Amino acid sequence: MRRLLLGVLALALAACGNGDQTADSATGGRLEITGSSTLAPLIAEIGARFEAAHPDARIAVQTGGSSRGISDAAEGLADIGMSSRELTETEQRRLRQHRIGVDGIAVILHRDNPVDRLSREQLVALFTGGVDNWQEVGGADRAVTVVDKADGRATLTEFLRFFDLPREAIAAHLIIGDNQHGIRSVAGNPGAIGYVSVGAGTVEAERGTAIRLVAIDEQWPTLETVRNGDYALTRDLILVSGAEPSALTLAFIDFVRDAAVHDLYADFGYVPAAE
Amino acid sequence: MSPQRSEQLLLIPLRLAAMSAAVICFLIVALLVLESLPALNNIGWRLLSDANWRPTPAAADGAFRVTPMVVATLVITAGAVLLAAPLGLASALFCRFYASPSVAVVYRRLVELLAGIPGVIYGFWGLVVLVPLLGAWRPPGASLLAASLVLALMILPTVALISESAMRAVPQRYVRAAAALGLSRWGTIRSVILPSARRGILTAVILATGRAIGETLAVVMVVGNIVRFPSGLMEPVRALTGNIALEMGYASGDHRSALFFSGLVLTGLVMVLVLFANRLGHRGAISDA
Amino acid sequence: MLDRVLTQPRAKCRKVTLPDRLAALLVWTVATLVAGMLLWIVLDLLRHGLPHLSIGFLLDAPRDAGRAGGIAPVLVATAMILIVSLAVAVPLGLATALLLSEYIRRGSRFAGFVRHALEVLAGVPSIVFGLFGNALFVRYFGMGYSVAAGGLTLACMVLPLFVRASEEALRSVPDDFRRAADALGLTRAAAIRSVLLPAALPGILVALVLSTGRALAEAAALLFTSGYVLRVPESLGDSGRTLAVHIYELAMNVPGGESQAYATGVVLLGALLLINLLTALLGRRYGAQVQGVRR
Repeated sequence: MRRLLLGVLALALAACGNGDQTADSATGGRLEITGSSTLAPLIAEIGARFEAAHPDARIAVQTGGSSRGISDAAEGLADIGMSSRELTETEQRRLRQHRIGVDGIAVILHRDNPVDRLSREQLVALFTGGVDNWQEVGGADRAVTVVDKADGRATLTEFLRFFDLPREAIAAHLIIGDNQHGIRSVAGNPGAIGYVSVGAGTVEAERGTAIRLVAIDEQWPTLETVRNGDYALTRDLILVSGAEPSALTLAFIDFVRDAAVHDLYADFGYVPAAE
Repeated sequence: MSPQRSEQLLLIPLRLAAMSAAVICFLIVALLVLESLPALNNIGWRLLSDANWRPTPAAADGAFRVTPMVVATLVITAGAVLLAAPLGLASALFCRFYASPSVAVVYRRLVELLAGIPGVIYGFWGLVVLVPLLGAWRPPGASLLAASLVLALMILPTVALISESAMRAVPQRYVRAAAALGLSRWGTIRSVILPSARRGILTAVILATGRAIGETLAVVMVVGNIVRFPSGLMEPVRALTGNIALEMGYASGDHRSALFFSGLVLTGLVMVLVLFANRLGHRGAISDA
Repeated sequence: MLDRVLTQPRAKCRKVTLPDRLAALLVWTVATLVAGMLLWIVLDLLRHGLPHLSIGFLLDAPRDAGRAGGIAPVLVATAMILIVSLAVAVPLGLATALLLSEYIRRGSRFAGFVRHALEVLAGVPSIVFGLFGNALFVRYFGMGYSVAAGGLTLACMVLPLFVRASEEALRSVPDDFRRAADALGLTRAAAIRSVLLPAALPGILVALVLSTGRALAEAAALLFTSGYVLRVPESLGDSGRTLAVHIYELAMNVPGGESQAYATGVVLLGALLLINLLTALLGRRYGAQVQGVRR
């Protein structure tokens, strides 16, 4: 049975060897892309379309978070890293950035919460614990539950920057990871307030999930307002590559930014970067 | 070739196979230690003494106390095991001695089915059904209790299935002897079945504890993930596994290393538990003889 | 089946005492409660998932990040990863279980050592397995995110469960069998092959069911090893997404993916049911043969 084990191992290694073959044409071969879970589904869809147009190419998308994508790209473990946060200075020195789109960050409440717009001051008070009952901002007599994102998440960083708050100022009752986790947590709690990607929030609200996207200082979070800049709370979606990207890498990044795939961005509620 | 010699030859691959578990263990611990070294060097005792958990890529800027998460992990696991062990044991007894054969088969199928359902599904069920229910009573609902309940359901099949197979292993002549003595059903279970199956039941509980302590996704979804010492059943806390899952993809530098240290602590906890449980098992075995 | 004696509540030879009644009441209550909770989860899954299920769902490729189309590549990738992991874990695990139950004394130092290792391994969190598999198989062995890396990681993960459960099964074979084999002059290897393994088979199948279940259920470790690619793996070196990873992705990361996540959950449930029934059938067949031996 050890022979069997060795056989399996050998087979596996042999199989891996085959996978690494790089074709010589510019659009053939294999691209490894890792990083942001926000971007992964979109890039995978674009990758599928790229493969349809270039049958020799294989685009393998893996998730694991923005930092993973950035470090994989820096170490050469991946051809392209996906990031939904800004790069630090040290990271910028080692990598080439390609801005591909914009995502808004929306504040969400439970659908049964009558509040539908909040001012910047009210939001700061809500998230820092200054207001702990919805009555104080025009809602029902119900305790506020603040849903916050885990440390290091891109959404959190941009959210704090927008409201000019230090990390420890937020008085969180719950901490969540992925967007959907946040949306479910708010949809299951009439007193909850949280923040998620405008894309994810819009898609879920349209499908009948019990959440409401609220206006910040009368700015409504929609795809349209994110696109034309009327909604200020946004973050960039970025692809990063090593300093000397291969022809296939460049071809794929061009493809990602091509108008021909803009419909895919809309499916996820993101706004493609202007040409 | 003499029989003894072929016996010896057969033993070599068996021993090698048995070593594989130890080798994997060693590699895992080695990896965790290696990756934890930066945190141990740069953060050191602050992993215990800092005021809270505010991780940053550079050790000097952040705070890195992991103790609340250690305690929370232990409490969540204890809660889950305390719930699942008796319920699982009773389920096994039900299957083996109380239910009619046809009911037992259906019941066993259901339990087997649930042994294979991913933590994601338990977690999602917890997030969508259980947490809002608890939250209606006392918000936010995502809490230590929610995590223990979801985990208990998750590990219950393990306890039930393995203890049942341990009960099946009790020699029939014991049961026959008990019947001959005129012992009642409960009498037989209490004085014959449970004592002889004790080792297997202990195994079941240890395996279930392992699964509970290591479950990641289900816990993250329902526990609330606030880093603090548990102060009540309805309080949100954060487990060590959850800490790794939430932050690993977004961590770099000393923060990343501190997360590996979380993994190391977790594995250390499991080792201590195993030693403890084995001592317990041994003592029982000796008093048994 | 002597246990039948016990399952007859009103067998005349035994007196039914008050503790007896209380215990019965308690066991029945617990069983109802447990069945109720478990059914709740299953029915919840079925209620949300069944309406989205069709033959096409099983046979089609996914579209729109899995929000439309089917899960065919996911099924193939799951099967491949499962086969790799069981192909490694079952022989290793069976060998370990045989050694522990048949060859070395329970109290021996080596047995204790192996057992400790297994128990520690059983408690290592799945996410740590993911980090380990990523470091060792994906990077160090250069397998990349692949079916092979995921399968090997899963093999490490299910090993302790498989060993413990099959060791239980081997130990449950009455010593009479071993003595009979000795009396017939069978070598140990022959006794294992023709007496012990067949007799322990039903229990080993339980071990297999539990391990398969655990492997099918794993998502956290596989995200880091077999990865995320939604395509039929062309070789063991290709990345592939399992059912559990697909469910996780749809439920937690793709907005609007919930109903397809439920539907995928139902498929997983169906797969489990199929595996369980198959092993039960096999077990009954071989179990019957053993019963024959017993008489």
